[in-house]
Amino acid sequence: MTLEIAVAAALFVGVMAYALFGGADFGSGFFDLTAGGPESGAEMRSLVDHSIGPVWEANHVWLIFCLVTWWTGFPTTFAAVTTTLFVPLVLALAGIVLRGAAFAFRKYAPSVGQARLYGATFAGSSLITPFFLGTVAGGIASGRVPADGYGDRWSSWLNPTSIFGGCIAVGTCAFLAGVFLCADAERTGHPGLVHSLRVRTLSIGILTGLLVFVALVPLQNDAPTLADGLKHRAAPLIVVSGLAGLATLALLWLHRFGIARVAALLAVATVIAGWGVGQYPWLLVDEVKIDDAGGAHATLVGLLVAVGCAAVLVLPPLVGLYWFTQTEKAPAHDARAGG
Amino acid sequence: MGVWALVAEPAGLLPAREQMALSLGWHIILAAFGVAFPAMIFVVHRHGIRGDETALRLAKRWSKVAAVLFAIGAVSGTVLSFEMGLLWPGLMGGFGDVLGLPFAFEGLSFFTEAIFLGIYLYGWDRLPPRWHLAALVPMMAAGVFGTYCVIAVNTWMNMPTGFTLTGDGEVTDVQPWHVLFNSRALLQFAHMWLGAYMLVGFVVAAVYATGILRGRRDDLHRIGLMVPFGFASVAAILQPIVGHVLGMALGTIQPAKLAAFELDVTTENPAPLHIGGILVDGEPRWYLSIPRWGSFIARGSFHKPVRGLESFPADELPPVNTTHLAFQGMIGIGTALALAVVVYWFARWRGRDLLAHRWALCGMVLAGPLAVLALECGWVATEVGRQPWTVYGILRTVDAAGDNPGLWWVFSGVAVVYLGMTIGAVVVIRSMTRRWRAGEEDLPSPYGPAPEEVAR
Repeated sequence: MTLEIAVAAALFVGVMAYALFGGADFGSGFFDLTAGGPESGAEMRSLVDHSIGPVWEANHVWLIFCLVTWWTGFPTTFAAVTTTLFVPLVLALAGIVLRGAAFAFRKYAPSVGQARLYGATFAGSSLITPFFLGTVAGGIASGRVPADGYGDRWSSWLNPTSIFGGCIAVGTCAFLAGVFLCADAERTGHPGLVHSLRVRTLSIGILTGLLVFVALVPLQNDAPTLADGLKHRAAPLIVVSGLAGLATLALLWLHRFGIARVAALLAVATVIAGWGVGQYPWLLVDEVKIDDAGGAHATLVGLLVAVGCAAVLVLPPLVGLYWFTQTEKAPAHDARAGG
Repeated sequence: MGVWALVAEPAGLLPAREQMALSLGWHIILAAFGVAFPAMIFVVHRHGIRGDETALRLAKRWSKVAAVLFAIGAVSGTVLSFEMGLLWPGLMGGFGDVLGLPFAFEGLSFFTEAIFLGIYLYGWDRLPPRWHLAALVPMMAAGVFGTYCVIAVNTWMNMPTGFTLTGDGEVTDVQPWHVLFNSRALLQFAHMWLGAYMLVGFVVAAVYATGILRGRRDDLHRIGLMVPFGFASVAAILQPIVGHVLGMALGTIQPAKLAAFELDVTTENPAPLHIGGILVDGEPRWYLSIPRWGSFIARGSFHKPVRGLESFPADELPPVNTTHLAFQGMIGIGTALALAVVVYWFARWRGRDLLAHRWALCGMVLAGPLAVLALECGWVATEVGRQPWTVYGILRTVDAAGDNPGLWWVFSGVAVVYLGMTIGAVVVIRSMTRRWRAGEEDLPSPYGPAPEEVAR
C-alpha cells in the first residue's frame, strides 16, 4: 500500500463516519420537518432535540476532518473540486450554517413563534446539506471535475449521477435517523412516536433502497467508470448493502430497534464503501488517480501521525459520548423539560 | 498602483477579500469564547460544587450561553474551512500540503472540544459532580492547542518556511513539521491567546457591570463580574509585553508592514514614533511625533533605523492608512485597558473598591466592546498589513484568489446569513437572561404545547 492510498483510506473513513453519524443528525431534520403542527409535533421535536443535541457538534467535526485531510493530502484535487463544484459546495455550506445555528437557537427560543421559525430553518436546511453534498460526490464520481479545476460550474452537478447522488444522500440520512429515533423513542418511553416513526422509516427505507438500485441504470451511461467498478470490484458490497437493508426493514417490522441500528449502519456504510471501491483507483474519476494526487511525502506521513493521534485521543471519548447518550433510560428523559 | 491592480485582478479577488474579512472577523469573536470561556466556567463551577449555590447557578447559566455561542462558533469555523478552497484555490492548490498539517492537528482539538462540550452540557445532574467539572479540562487544553495550530499557519503566512521554491515556481522539499513548530508561532500564539482572554473577560464582565449599574447588586453579579475581570486583568497586563516582543522582529521579517504600522514614509535613524495621522497623497498628516521612540518600539534600540515606505516598490506596499490606523487602534486600546486594570487593582490593594462608583462600572461596560475592537484591529493590522501577499514574499493575494464571477452574490448571501445569525444570537441570549431574571432557571424549549404542560 502506498502512502497516498493510506491517506486516501483515512480520508474515506472520515467520509463514511460523517455520512453515517453526521448523516443521522441531518436526517432527523426530515422527521422534525414532517412532525406536524406545533401541538402535535412537539413530542417528536423534543425527541429529535434530545437525540442529536449532545452529539451533533462532535459528528460535524468529521466534515472538518475530511476537508483538512483532503487539502493537506491531495491539495491540487481539492482546489480542482472547489473551483468546479463551487455552487453545490456553497449551498451545502449555507445548509450547514443555518442548520447548526437554528438548532442551537431553537433550544432556547423564548416563544413558540420563534421556535417555529428556527425549527423550520433547522429542518429545511438539514435536507439541503446532504442533497448538495451528494451532488458533489456525483460530480466527482462521474468524472466531471477536470484535474486543473474550473470545470463547468453547472453541468458538473446538474447531471443524472449528481441528482441521484443527492437524493440517495437525503434518503439514507433520513433512513438512518429514523432507525435511531425509533430506538430512542422506545428506550425513553414514547410508544406513540415509535409507531409513526416505524411506519415512516420503513417507507423511506424501501424508497431509498429502490433508488440505489434504480440509479445503477443511468450510471451506465453517465458514469461508466463508476458503473464498471460497481459491477465488478464493488459488487459484493452492493449485495451486502441490499441484504443489510432488507434485514433492517425486517428488524424494524419486528420492533427490534436496537439491533436494527447496526443493520442500518451496515447498509449505508456499504453503499458508501461501494462508491469508494467502485471509483478506486481514481480520486477524481477519469482525471486523477490517488497515487498521482498526493502532496509532499513528509506531509502525508505527518497526516498519518495526526490520524494515529486521533485514533488514540479522540475515538475513546467519542465512543464514551455515544455510550453515555445512547444508554440513558426513560426517567431522565421525562425530566427533559426540567433538566 | 490603482491602474496596475485594475488590470491584474481576477473576478474573485475583491469579493473574496471582503467575505474573508467578514467571516473571519465574525468567527474570531466566537473562537475567543471557545478558547477562554471554559476556563472561566471552570472557576465558577468549581466554586459552586464546593458549596456556593449562587456560583453553581451561574455556571449552569454560562454553560447554556456557551452551548449557543459554541454552536454558532462551530458553524462559522466550518465556513472558514470551506472558504479556504472556495475563495483561495491558488493558496490551497499550491501550498495545501505545506500549510495543512497544523490544521490536521487543529482538527483533533476541535474534535476534543466538541466531544467534551457534549459531555459537559449533557452531564448536568447525570455525572458525578467532580467528573462533570473535569469535562471542562480537555476543553481548555483543546482551546490552547487549537489556537496554537491555527496561529502556526498564520505565522507561516507572515514568515513562510518549511519548503523550497524552485526557479519555475515548483514547491519542493516540503517539511510540514517546520510549519507546525516554526520559531515565531509560540509568540504569535501567546498574543492571540491573551487577546482571547481579554475579549471574553472584558465582554462578560461588561454584561454583569451593566446589571450592577441597573441596581442588581447581588452575589451572582459580583461573581459574574469578578471572575472574568480577573482573567482579563492578567491578560491585559501581560499583553503589551508579549505584543512588544512580537513586534520587535517585524523590521527584519516584514519591513513593509512595519513601515505601514509606524507610518514611516522615509527611512530615518533614529525614527520617531508617529501617533495618529493618515497618509494623504503620500504625505503623513495630522500626527504627533515623538523623536527616537519609533526606533525603540520597533527595533528595541534608540539607534537603529526603521525602513520607510518609500524604499519599497509601489506594488509591494499594503494599504497604508488601514494598516496604520488598525495597528494604532489596537495599541491604544490595549494600553488603555492595561492602565485601567492597574488602576483598579492598585486602588483595591489600597482598600478602595472602585466598583462602588458609577464611573468605574461605566468604564467596565465600555471595556467589553473596546476589547472586541482591539482584537479586530489586531487582525486587520496583521492581515491587511501583509498585503499584497497571501504568503509573504511568495504568493500574491491576486494569485491566491479564484476566478469565479458569482462571488459578489455569495458575499451578499453570506452577509445576510451572518446578520441573521447575529440577530438570532442576540435575541435568544437576551431572552435567556430575561427569563433568568424572572426566576426561571432551566429554560424549557417551547416546542408547541404550553410550557407548563411540558414542564408539568
